[in-house]
Amino acid sequence: MAYGVKLLIWGERACFTRPEMKVERVSYDIITPSAARGILEAIHWKPAIRWVIDRITVLKPIRFESIRRNEVGTKASAGSISSAIKKGTTEGLHNIVEDDRQQRASTILKDVAYVIEAHFEMTSKAGSDDSEGKHLDIFNRRARKGQYFHAPCLGVREFPAYFRLIEDGEPPLAIDESLQGEKDLGYMLHDFDFADEVIPHFFRARMQDGVVEVPPLKSEEVRA
Amino acid sequence: MNPITNRYEFVFLFDVANGNPNGDPDAGNLPRIDPETNQGLVTDVCLKRKIRNYVSLEKEDSPGFAIYMQEKAVLNNQHKKAYEALSIKPEDNKLPKEEAKARELTQWMCKNFFDVRTFGAVMTTKVNSGQVRGPVQLAFASSIDPVVPMEVSITRMAVTTEAEAEKQSGDNRTMGRKHIVPYGLYRAHGFISAKLAERTGFGEEDLDLVWRSLINMFEHDRSAARGEMSARKLIVFKHDNPMGNAPAHLLFDAVKVKRVEGEEDTPARSFSDYEVSVDSESVPQGVSVEEKL
Repeated sequence: MAYGVKLLIWGERACFTRPEMKVERVSYDIITPSAARGILEAIHWKPAIRWVIDRITVLKPIRFESIRRNEVGTKASAGSISSAIKKGTTEGLHNIVEDDRQQRASTILKDVAYVIEAHFEMTSKAGSDDSEGKHLDIFNRRARKGQYFHAPCLGVREFPAYFRLIEDGEPPLAIDESLQGEKDLGYMLHDFDFADEVIPHFFRARMQDGVVEVPPLKSEEVRA
Repeated sequence: MNPITNRYEFVFLFDVANGNPNGDPDAGNLPRIDPETNQGLVTDVCLKRKIRNYVSLEKEDSPGFAIYMQEKAVLNNQHKKAYEALSIKPEDNKLPKEEAKARELTQWMCKNFFDVRTFGAVMTTKVNSGQVRGPVQLAFASSIDPVVPMEVSITRMAVTTEAEAEKQSGDNRTMGRKHIVPYGLYRAHGFISAKLAERTGFGEEDLDLVWRSLINMFEHDRSAARGEMSARKLIVFKHDNPMGNAPAHLLFDAVKVKRVEGEEDTPARSFSDYEVSVDSESVPQGVSVEEKL
């Protein structure tokens, strides 16, 4: 029984924000394992399983574009919501966007396509009726039909991700020539470890002819 | 209100004549342009803003339809309707106290604020439930054909300051600039997830309101800068289950917008220069196509 999955994802725009450049967002060159996991989870996920990204193949040249938008800077404060609940009225509970406007530029990726290769592991929450085969079947069935729990996105929700399951034995897809050779993408976010506190882990992403091998989260190459 | 139980995708076509649908703050408020293709762009947040404004006009603060992200221009507090407090009990008392509290706040916000229920919101609670992902997701709209923005110079027969008046020795004229798109037909794609709707309580009535606001939002957004904007087509794909029955990109591909035959080489100047066709044959089983406009 096949144990891993291969998914082709693509979209017009993407933004996998670098944590060090979050205010005026700057995207990583390629999708992070964390964002790839999010896309798989949008299609199928249960607490019984944990997706592990094994390999990311980049199919299209890496190109950027800049876009500036009016955004707001604050979050809804829990205190004011509580007091509104107590008072029993929404009056005065809102955010006036003109007073809280921030124009921020984002440097985003254009026209991306990736192949995500991944498998999943069973977690301690798996019950007796959770088997790997069952979850794999559910995922494959959904991905084939284009079903999802919520629309997957490429880093942020305004950039939808389209996807297609790559069946066993399909010939490999063409990788753009500009990606040939070795390219060091530097330290890149691998994923967060949610086990105890939320701790980001980083790894050194190296792209060889368009392919980035993703080490396991708990391996030596990955630093928290 | 029961949450919706179907997944939806929609294609929304709107056009602009002699106006600026969405200015680019990086380019001195010129209409946004995709630098590679010269197609015009309208951001997702621009459309969401208009939906919010329409809802606050239509619902005038009736309970459950308040708007959290407000613009001053649409504050309409004279018509405050009697507000009925909704008592909400956290569903699961086994949660740790902080999380239960956060969940309670979130639920209350979803119940009272249309935009939180629809688009989501981020609240300052550290627990995961302090963040709401709304069911409605919009992508950037881009124009079918490249647009060519025009710069229109205008004069004003007045000046702002005394100093200016003196400088011109009483001539009192200032020049201004407007940037317009002569004509552009824009296409936006949207997604509505039934599973996220379950979490925020986004129901059928809300869904109808979303369709209504897409169809009518430009009618209440007239201004000197906008020119003539109109909603032209709203094509909705309804899946008969919450997970959906077809890949979104296939459905979007079924909606084709082309120039009228023989006109391909002339610049488009009205909606009648385009032909919109929906290839219902290619839409898979279990998905129905509804043309709302």
